[in-house]
Amino acid sequence: MDTPRSAFFLGVRDQAPTIPGNLTFGMIVGAASSAAGMDPWLSMGMSIIVFAGAAQLVAIQLMAQHAPAAIVVLSIAIVNLRMAMYSAAVAPFFRHLPVARRWLFSYLLTDHAFALTTARFAPDREVENCDAYYLGVTATMWCTWQLSVATGLFAGLLVPASWSLDFAVPLVFLSLAVTALQTRLHWQVALVAGLAAAATAAWPMRLGLVASAGVAIAFGAWRAFQPVAQESP
Amino acid sequence: MIVLADWQNWLLIVAGGIVTLAIRASFMVLPAGTRVPAVLQRSLKYVAAAVLPALIVPDVLFRELATGQTFNAYRIVSALVATLVALGTRSIIGTLAAGMATLWLLKWWGPF
Repeated sequence: MDTPRSAFFLGVRDQAPTIPGNLTFGMIVGAASSAAGMDPWLSMGMSIIVFAGAAQLVAIQLMAQHAPAAIVVLSIAIVNLRMAMYSAAVAPFFRHLPVARRWLFSYLLTDHAFALTTARFAPDREVENCDAYYLGVTATMWCTWQLSVATGLFAGLLVPASWSLDFAVPLVFLSLAVTALQTRLHWQVALVAGLAAAATAAWPMRLGLVASAGVAIAFGAWRAFQPVAQESP
Repeated sequence: MIVLADWQNWLLIVAGGIVTLAIRASFMVLPAGTRVPAVLQRSLKYVAAAVLPALIVPDVLFRELATGQTFNAYRIVSALVATLVALGTRSIIGTLAAGMATLWLLKWWGPF
């Protein structure tokens, strides 16, 4: 990573393996909004303004069910709350940048941008050209995402339902979740979230998602503050 | 199906965008040297481990059809295969391919 240019293209290369999954994901988001009867401009507007796949998908489902605006915004916030964790993790790399650049980088922050950047760089070492790398990763994601949502808006409903392409969405999250499960407590938190989500799956307006994520985060915070002695088996 | 007026929908999306940007920017735009409470820092570590399974599980266990939610055994088996591949390889493409291939094989040749 000698030059900003080579760092940028390294970012593009690192992001490339995520393209098939994200392309399918974006097409499903586009198709879901078409199926919900949402105006294509509104969908593209949401894709550009919110730029967060899971939150977009949940918001489309809720808007199609005429959920109250407060529930839509609350669900978007819960689904995207993990970005606060990513923000904290990548912040040390960009502390030296002008604040306007940091706002831009915030807007571009995604699961993969966090995972790839933290895997490539360590905050205590030299982080030369980390910003160019991050831009390479996120620019690739941004273009992939907008293109795939736009394609899904018009062509998504042409794909036969029997292909079950919507299954790509949990698979993308699965590959992200596996990298997030670093300690035993992470696994326990995930287990609590999964069990709660299964038990509340039938709740209306995806309130089960809000509830199970909330319960699991509270469980993690509580366990993290117990004395270390109680954590050993 | 969407009943809100156009401007209301746009307002809703902008609100969702502002909330999302605020979450993403939270730590990135803090001035250098700002002290973040330890409680918050330690709780944050578990947010992804809490939210991702809460998103995955309903999509795997139940498939939302027009008629309601249906239990789906093929998806559970496929997700388990994909989980093993993800744990073993850490490959995004591998996870996607394993999960989709298992689901398609089960659908074409499975017992039901």
